[in-house]
Amino acid sequence: MASHGIEIKDLFKIFGPHGNKFIDAVKGGMTKTELNEKHGHVLGLKDINISMPAGQIQVVMGLSGSGKSTLIRHINRLIEPTAGSVQYEDVDVCQMSTSELQQFRRHKTAMVFQKFALLPHRTVIGNTVYGLELQGVNKDEARSRALKWIDRVGLSGFEDHYPNQLSGGMQQRVGLARALSNDADILLMDEAFSALDPLIRTDMQSVLLDIQEELRKTIVFITHDLDEALRLGDRIAILRDGEVIQQGTGEEIVLNPADSYIADFIKEVNRGRVISVETIMNKTPIEGAANIVLKSSDMLETAAQAMAQAQETSANVCDDSKKIIGSIHLKDTINAMVTAARH
Amino acid sequence: MSLFTEFPEMTRTELRDFKKGIDGSFKDFIHAYGEGIENFFKPLLHFLKWFEDLLVATPWPIMLAIIALLVWGGSRSWGLVAGTIISMLVIGYLGMWEDAMFTLALTTVATIICIVIGIPIGILMSKSDRFQAVITPILDIMQTIPAFVYLIPIVMILGIGLVPGLIAVIIYAVPPIVRLTNLGIRLVDTDILEAADAFGASPRQKLWTVQMPLALPNIFAGVNQTIMMALAMVVVASLLGVHGLGLEVLKAVNSQYITLGFMNGLAIVAIAIVFDRTSQKFGKRLQKHSEVIHG
Repeated sequence: MASHGIEIKDLFKIFGPHGNKFIDAVKGGMTKTELNEKHGHVLGLKDINISMPAGQIQVVMGLSGSGKSTLIRHINRLIEPTAGSVQYEDVDVCQMSTSELQQFRRHKTAMVFQKFALLPHRTVIGNTVYGLELQGVNKDEARSRALKWIDRVGLSGFEDHYPNQLSGGMQQRVGLARALSNDADILLMDEAFSALDPLIRTDMQSVLLDIQEELRKTIVFITHDLDEALRLGDRIAILRDGEVIQQGTGEEIVLNPADSYIADFIKEVNRGRVISVETIMNKTPIEGAANIVLKSSDMLETAAQAMAQAQETSANVCDDSKKIIGSIHLKDTINAMVTAARH
Repeated sequence: MSLFTEFPEMTRTELRDFKKGIDGSFKDFIHAYGEGIENFFKPLLHFLKWFEDLLVATPWPIMLAIIALLVWGGSRSWGLVAGTIISMLVIGYLGMWEDAMFTLALTTVATIICIVIGIPIGILMSKSDRFQAVITPILDIMQTIPAFVYLIPIVMILGIGLVPGLIAVIIYAVPPIVRLTNLGIRLVDTDILEAADAFGASPRQKLWTVQMPLALPNIFAGVNQTIMMALAMVVVASLLGVHGLGLEVLKAVNSQYITLGFMNGLAIVAIAIVFDRTSQKFGKRLQKHSEVIHG
């Protein structure tokens, strides 16, 4: 399990030949439009502060052009920031020397890409050992570690295939195996599943959640798909025009959208899968009456299903230690599932 | 008004002094360093001589077997091997075996030297835009300046013989491999380079694990072009006293022997085709991974 989170502090990125010159103006309130029209520079990221929890999945969500791919590339410094810091294990990634950065990328991070970015001249096994080869791990050791992950992502038997003999979903499994073989604490996933068909995407999400259950890595996952964000994210940050406009758990965002932009976004969300029983329960248990007991961490969809099946209109709620702490009614449950928060 | 109708050129005396000045200082340069330069190329001369003698001295059936084996190794095509054996037999039967061996030796050595010089220059060009800006016009000059022009200083420094001929061939044949190495590396997919960076590849690791393998098809096209251009230069090289098929063509031109000219000319063509097809098929085999495509 990863023991350190990633702290992104006051991060700014201005694209253009003289980004540094305009940093004070931008901090002083110059807008993106003004910077672009008057000075020909593009404001990529503005004052980003995100504390990414250790051992959890942090989703960064936004539409194209929101700066999410730029943001993830600051964590392993594929893009140089104009100002600000990215702290990991009390070290600022932005201050590392070239060789420190190389070691950091080799041992602490691994990345999965939207367009897979596999080496076309190497087989599945050749691609999977790539990170280990760069680390200088000896061949036999690298091979056995790679084989383990190839098996884990479900590609056994395809070791000697070339990437273009595989479907998109299988190619991304190779991408995932390559990243996992690195044994790094941080896993950076840049729209990793966006190029895949919906069914295969769901499948890959399950693979990822399954692996995460066991490994507890610090995962940064970029997506433009809210359903994906809500399914994977322990925490979600929403980006627009290079700024974070809201961050929190999926439930917090769905229940309290920060503005009409986010409210629009979450309109179509299946709320029954995001809101937990705990959010709507009464603190008073129903004496003796309730035949079924639900967990406070269950989602409303599960709760409604359980009550409908048992033909009950209410249920008691217990916490993780099985202690009864409250109750819910079917009516409230359905109400919460269908009404969007007003804004 | 005279300025309008007559070009304002240098006076004759000025022009003569200008040319004389440069020629003079070049001659002084040769006096001072000519022998040093000649000695510098001595090992090359010995190697080339040794290689020529080796090809000529090897009994023809063994030589033919070696050529067939090399063609098979490169192309894995029985058809090409058969074609090669037949054309070499015809060349031998028509009395051109020894000359063909001389030409083969020169072309092989020139190609190896072109690869050894050309690929590193191409790599450096791909790394630095400034270096590319310097080298590109030089390559343009090497490819377009009439060969006879650079024969003059070569002959002045080294006289006539094998080495000057070899140098003339190299000057003409090296540009394609430099250009295509540079181009091949620059064309490598940036997504894949980014992935290599993300996994912490050093510039050297990136070059050998990503850039060179992915540039290989282009580099190979460069090698192929270099071989073709080297073969095209053998007649010009014969002006510098290089023996082989080229010299026979030159003799045929001087004495208007049609048959001799065509025989030797077609022998050069046959060798060129063998080189070309073998290297192309080898290049294709190198990118086997891109041929099988997921359906």
